[in-house]
Amino acid sequence: MADNTKTLADIADIVNDITGVDQAEVTPEKSFIDDLDVDSLSMVEIVYACEERFGIEIPDDKSKDLKTVGDAIDFINAAQA
Amino acid sequence: MTSSTRPAISQEQGAASSTILATGHVRGSRVVSNQEMCTMIDSTPEWIEQRTGITSRRWATAEETPRSMAAEAGRRALTKLDLTGDQVDAVICATVSHHRPSPSLAAYVAHDLGAFSAAAFDVNAACAGFCYSLTLADSLIRSGAATRVLVIGVEKLSEMINLADRGTAFLFSDGAGAAVVGPSSTVGVGPAVWGTASDKVETIEIEDWTEVASHPELNHPLIAMDGRAVYKWAMTTVTAKASEAIARAGISPADLDVFIPHQANDRITDALVRHLKLPDSVTVCRDIADMGNTSAASIPIAIDRMLDRGEIHSGDLALIIGFGAGLVFAGQVIVIP
Repeated sequence: MADNTKTLADIADIVNDITGVDQAEVTPEKSFIDDLDVDSLSMVEIVYACEERFGIEIPDDKSKDLKTVGDAIDFINAAQA
Repeated sequence: MTSSTRPAISQEQGAASSTILATGHVRGSRVVSNQEMCTMIDSTPEWIEQRTGITSRRWATAEETPRSMAAEAGRRALTKLDLTGDQVDAVICATVSHHRPSPSLAAYVAHDLGAFSAAAFDVNAACAGFCYSLTLADSLIRSGAATRVLVIGVEKLSEMINLADRGTAFLFSDGAGAAVVGPSSTVGVGPAVWGTASDKVETIEIEDWTEVASHPELNHPLIAMDGRAVYKWAMTTVTAKASEAIARAGISPADLDVFIPHQANDRITDALVRHLKLPDSVTVCRDIADMGNTSAASIPIAIDRMLDRGEIHSGDLALIIGFGAGLVFAGQVIVIP
């Protein structure tokens, strides 16, 4: 659970940095595109920033499945495990 | 004759350096606004502007061909130097819009400009075409193979737009930009950082002519592009290559006056600026706003228009970098003419 909190905080920082969305808005149930209004190019930036921050690789076909912030947390935690 | 009695072939040496002496451009004469674009595709003007930075683009009329636009851009550049076509000894056209396999577009343009004895050939390096051709021009001049080279980037992409693809149709535009490159005692064209990410060769493609048979009403092959993949590649690889071009020129980012990337999409320009960490003192080219994406023509058009608008000045140091289908890239630091 502690892992999730840290991962969420890092993702919130990344989303804020790239889109200006407030960190507090970035919660696991939110959809990047529908709730946080992230467009497809910003999503590419977010995925890349996550790769850099967490030292993982997110293949293009997988990145398209990351619909919600929670999906991203799960993917990142699994990739780091 | 034995090898010992055969005379050795003599070699030649050209100028120590080259530089861009003058530029010229022409744009398709029809202004196509986002509003008009949205009568052809399912989108909104705001959506297009937010995703691309484009508010309007230029489409050529039926009379405005790659040949006519290239010749006019070349003529305008030569006129600034009081030169005529016969004083050019190589013409290079960078284009993907010349639909005749042979002769090259450059041969027609050489004829139209009166460059009757010039070497003439085309370069197909998509949106990196101008930077590839500038690299060649610099090499030709330094080798002694040519003294004055006319490099022209020209496209008529409006003919190849896929109106069924609401992710790319609004990007493309028509025009030509020319640069006269000649010898110089100081370096005006820095070392090129160029190459091809050929593992991504299918990321941007124009159809084969035989595929036109499946949509004969459109007359031309169509452009297809995976925009997300291009964006990510630009953000990572192209950024790294741009940094390398600055380092290879022996300068630091703070020494640059202006950054003129291929005008692919203003969001890509933003990403390049951010990831390159360019200082605020560097002017960033935003020519795409009322011009759209003209592939090989975008950089020379932008240089000439920025000069016209007073946004850049003769002697400024500019980083230019082209990137596109291949996926090809080429960048160098240049001195603005």
